[in-house]
Amino acid sequence: MLGFVIQRFLQAVTVMAVMSVIVFVGVYAIGNPIDVLIPPDAPQDIRARTIARFGLDRPLWEQYFIFIRNALSGDFGRSFIYAMPVLQLILSRLPATLELALAAVLGATLIGVPLGIFAGYRPHSRAARVIMAVSILGFSMPTFWVGLVLILTFAVSLGWLPAGGRGQTVTLFGVQWSFLTINGLSHLVLPAINLALFKLAMMIRLARAGTREIMLTDTIKFARAAGLSEATILRHHVLKLISIPIVTVFGLELGSTLAFAVVTETIFSWPGLGKLIIDSITNLDRPVMVAYLILIAALFVTINFVVDITYAALDPRLRRGKVA
Amino acid sequence: MSAAASPIANFWAEFRESPVALAALVVVLLIIVVAVLAPLIAPQDPYDLSRLQLRDARRPPGFVGSGGYVHLLGTDAQGRDLFSAILYGLRISIQMGLMAGAIALCIGATLGITAAFVGGRIEGLLMRIVDLQLCFPAILLALVLVAMLGQGKAQLIAALVAAQYAYFARTAYGAASAERRKDYIEAAMATPLSSRRIVFRHLLPNCMPPLIVVATVQVANAIALEATLSFLGLGLPVTEPSLGMLIANGFQYMMSGRYWISVYPGIALIVLIVAINLVGDQIRDQLNPRLKR
Repeated sequence: MLGFVIQRFLQAVTVMAVMSVIVFVGVYAIGNPIDVLIPPDAPQDIRARTIARFGLDRPLWEQYFIFIRNALSGDFGRSFIYAMPVLQLILSRLPATLELALAAVLGATLIGVPLGIFAGYRPHSRAARVIMAVSILGFSMPTFWVGLVLILTFAVSLGWLPAGGRGQTVTLFGVQWSFLTINGLSHLVLPAINLALFKLAMMIRLARAGTREIMLTDTIKFARAAGLSEATILRHHVLKLISIPIVTVFGLELGSTLAFAVVTETIFSWPGLGKLIIDSITNLDRPVMVAYLILIAALFVTINFVVDITYAALDPRLRRGKVA
Repeated sequence: MSAAASPIANFWAEFRESPVALAALVVVLLIIVVAVLAPLIAPQDPYDLSRLQLRDARRPPGFVGSGGYVHLLGTDAQGRDLFSAILYGLRISIQMGLMAGAIALCIGATLGITAAFVGGRIEGLLMRIVDLQLCFPAILLALVLVAMLGQGKAQLIAALVAAQYAYFARTAYGAASAERRKDYIEAAMATPLSSRRIVFRHLLPNCMPPLIVVATVQVANAIALEATLSFLGLGLPVTEPSLGMLIANGFQYMMSGRYWISVYPGIALIVLIVAINLVGDQIRDQLNPRLKR
């Protein structure tokens, strides 16, 4: 087991190193930040000084190593646009996104799993067909379109909920949260639903597929023969057996939700990470882009590492056999 | 009954039993026909800027504009006839989806089958790269790539392909490595047949069913992804609005009640994507041996 952990850890570190090079070089290819930083009519000496201050005059590999050395000590440079340390900027936007992502994934799981189990348990019932139709819609509708429909319905036509922004926030543990005030909560509802719909569709499908397959197995036949009630079978056998893939997907989705939030945050003007990255792509704010992408990469690599280790702990075949 | 035709005939017979899937297939084919014939059907060429009149702008559905014909679905902020713009937009969407899907299929299937067939270090390396890429959401990859490559059709297709080929590679690899261990491939390997022939005549055809399922889903995803990128302003040039851009342009007028600029292109987009997904769903259910008792 220890060998497996070490091997996977080294793999994760290698992946991060490769990713950092790709991201750094890739982002370097986008536009010329000097045009953004310095007005074209600026005198030559100011130009040169600004270029030197940001280290843009050095060779690319040297810039990369300076970047890595600083990044390892938590310094990702300063944003060209916001003129503040990038890490601080990202951390200040993180709670908003985290709040939104958690609300969305939790909601999707708590609603999606029971619906999916039902759809798999009675696959030919009318209700199951309705549930599956909803899930196909949830899968098919692009996030931005759902967001527009939500705004059009609940903000413009009915006027029940606000169309954008974060609303009133409360400071807890030094961080601003929306879900603690009524006003903030009302701002959270629409973007959370928007972000949750895709996950809801996925949870329904996962739970349904798992339930359908398990219901056909001998386990269920024997449980029925033993006289267990259907509710007990669903709770103790089906839910338990389908929970492993669901927990995995829950973890993975929490990560990808941070990325999907890009669209939702843009539509609802939610001041989170997604809005930050879109703004920095349009403004060519290179340090923010590099730092964001590397942190996201680190997040995904960490999640995958944890998932791999958890799986190995659960399934001895994985750690003994050859690693694919 | 000929043995060669029967699997496809059986497949079609089973497909026809689902009215929803059949209806979806008809809708998809209908949209494709309408999109291909768009220049003949549309009352206006929405990309010809010289023909657009500003006094026709933002008119509701049913308005008779300076062109003398009825704007069935209203006009957008530049005075474009929305019905025409949607037809041309569908054309772009389908074109993008099919091209990105086909290229991603070729690249992905080549990588996946090569990895499974060759094995060894190449297998490990290729599949590691693919797995690594699968951890990243397609939307984020496409976003960064479009930002790096710039705007334009070729760049957009490149971004879509880069974001999607990994799904094909994974699927092809899974199918091919399962087939690779079966006796018929081992038997073929023992004969003096060239590896090329074994791959193309024996391995590839047996990997096709799962690839077809992924292809349907991925074409729908590519269309949605293209629309999303265009909506975020990172897609195609403004002069040739795709459905996503039409929706984005209408967004600002939505608050003032001019819903049609965003809503009709959106409905067209959704109908297309949902129909493709319904067809794909049916195909997948039919090909899943575990659902057959």
